[in-house]
Amino acid sequence: MNSSIARVLQATAGMILLAVIWQILSMTLPPFLFPPVPEIISRTIEILITGSLLVDVLLTAARIFGGLFGAFIIGAILALLIARSKTLENFISPVLTFFQGIPALSWVVFAIIWFHGTEFRVLFIMIMTTLPAFTFQILDAIRSMSKDLFEMTMSFRPSRWTLFRFLIVPTIVPGILTAWKVNLGNAARVVVVAELVGATGGVGYQLLRQQQLFDMAGAMAWTLQLVLFVLVVQQTINAIEAWALRYRPVSERSI
Amino acid sequence: MTADPVIRFTDVTKTFRRPDGRGDFVAVDKLSFEIAKGEIVAVLGKTGCGKSTMFNIVAGLTEPSEGEARVVGHDPFREFDFFRGKIGIVFQNDRLMPWRTALDNVLLGLQVLDTDPKQAVETARGWLARLGLSGHENDYPHALSGGMRQRVSIARAFAVNPEILLCDEPFSALDEMTARDLRAEFVRLVRQNNKTAVFITHQINEAMEIGDRVLVFHRPARIAYETRLSAATGEAERRKVQEDIMRVLSVEQATA
Ligand SMILES: Nc1ncnc2c1ncn2[C@@H]1O[C@H](COP(=O)(O)OP(=O)(O)OP(=O)(O)O)[C@@H](O)[C@H]1O
Ligand SMILES: [Mg+2]
Repeated sequence: MNSSIARVLQATAGMILLAVIWQILSMTLPPFLFPPVPEIISRTIEILITGSLLVDVLLTAARIFGGLFGAFIIGAILALLIARSKTLENFISPVLTFFQGIPALSWVVFAIIWFHGTEFRVLFIMIMTTLPAFTFQILDAIRSMSKDLFEMTMSFRPSRWTLFRFLIVPTIVPGILTAWKVNLGNAARVVVVAELVGATGGVGYQLLRQQQLFDMAGAMAWTLQLVLFVLVVQQTINAIEAWALRYRPVSERSI
Repeated sequence: MTADPVIRFTDVTKTFRRPDGRGDFVAVDKLSFEIAKGEIVAVLGKTGCGKSTMFNIVAGLTEPSEGEARVVGHDPFREFDFFRGKIGIVFQNDRLMPWRTALDNVLLGLQVLDTDPKQAVETARGWLARLGLSGHENDYPHALSGGMRQRVSIARAFAVNPEILLCDEPFSALDEMTARDLRAEFVRLVRQNNKTAVFITHQINEAMEIGDRVLVFHRPARIAYETRLSAATGEAERRKVQEDIMRVLSVEQATA
């Protein structure tokens, strides 16, 4: 009981300190540079409770999920292919590494030149920017499979599908959950850039508007929407992780 | 023995590539033997002589580099589907899936065989009970002791009711009392169901107690000594066999 209160305090102390510093700055500097904390909070809540504004948040959330799901599915297929064939690895890996070096903004430019339709452009950008990391992380998870467990399972001579369900999936679940957490952060940062392709809605669009209006409190409030979104999804993944990996032994000693 | 052997090795050689690339390492060296249906064969040999490698070949997990390994007349490495449910293996280490409970680990083979789930759970529970693990069905492997884990892995191999049982030092992690009970139970099961079993052990006593036949491996693996035992084998003869095995093993040590 006490320790859980302590944990909450520890987790929020840094944020509270940040808010206090900001508040002090807002009292000494012009408010259009540093709007007071209460105003930021009320603007943030306003977005959440105003249907027409909340739609923008949900739209961006949907774009993030769409991109991540696309990249996850394609990445998982690529990783399985690479894991099964050295030739395919030699073929695919360098291309993915090459993609990894391309900035998100370049994909934005390519998407605008190549495609019509905002949603397709955004989806394309989201997938291209998160696909390499997803593929490499899933591949890594597959390769970390224990040879002992693999041979034990193979001694029962399962079909490919059974092997996949009974051994490969449980082996790669921890890696996949980690990959989702990492890529979620990346995707949340890329999505606002992707929304510059001419989206007429979404957090990126709203941020651009706040810039034109020179509204710092608004810019903060819209930024916080994304941060909150990432936090909520991270916590959800953490909860799934705790449940899926409940079999893991925990030492009484810490590292 | 007139019937075809269940397991037949003909000049089987297995070499492994050395990690530093300096040539090959011979683990099994022109090994030949036959095991008939219903036999229990105990295999003795110094550590690293290729016993587990021989098992992996029988189980179809590794392919011989040379020679021919046949199990009921078929190639265990190439004919993957043919052997489904036919060979049960108790590995040297327990190899339990950490994400499955004791019961679910025992269920693995039954699930691969698509056994009716209710029936499968009943069978698995029965095996856990037989091995003294009632009440631990829902424990994860990390919460079990080494000996308990090994017993779960024994239950997993036996639960599919395979024709051929390969046991790699299955009782080495157990105390002598438990091991003795399980040895007796093991022999009874194999006999009762007319199964064929190969049993690796480091203990001469255990080998002689369990085996109709004892094979002693040279290092690298080939037959260094072989003897047949039965209930009729007298005390004096048993002592002689024991001395012979000890002598063969100690010669092996001197030349290793
Ligand atoms: N995958 C492998 N790659 C390279 N060398 C191997 C491999 N598997 C086994 N060996 C080598 O083959 C030899 C025989 O190994 P094996 O595990 O069959 O011995 P063993 O008789 O079972 O020994 P123990 O009684 O200690 O279990 C060892 O020297 C080992 O180093
Ligand atoms: Mg061994």
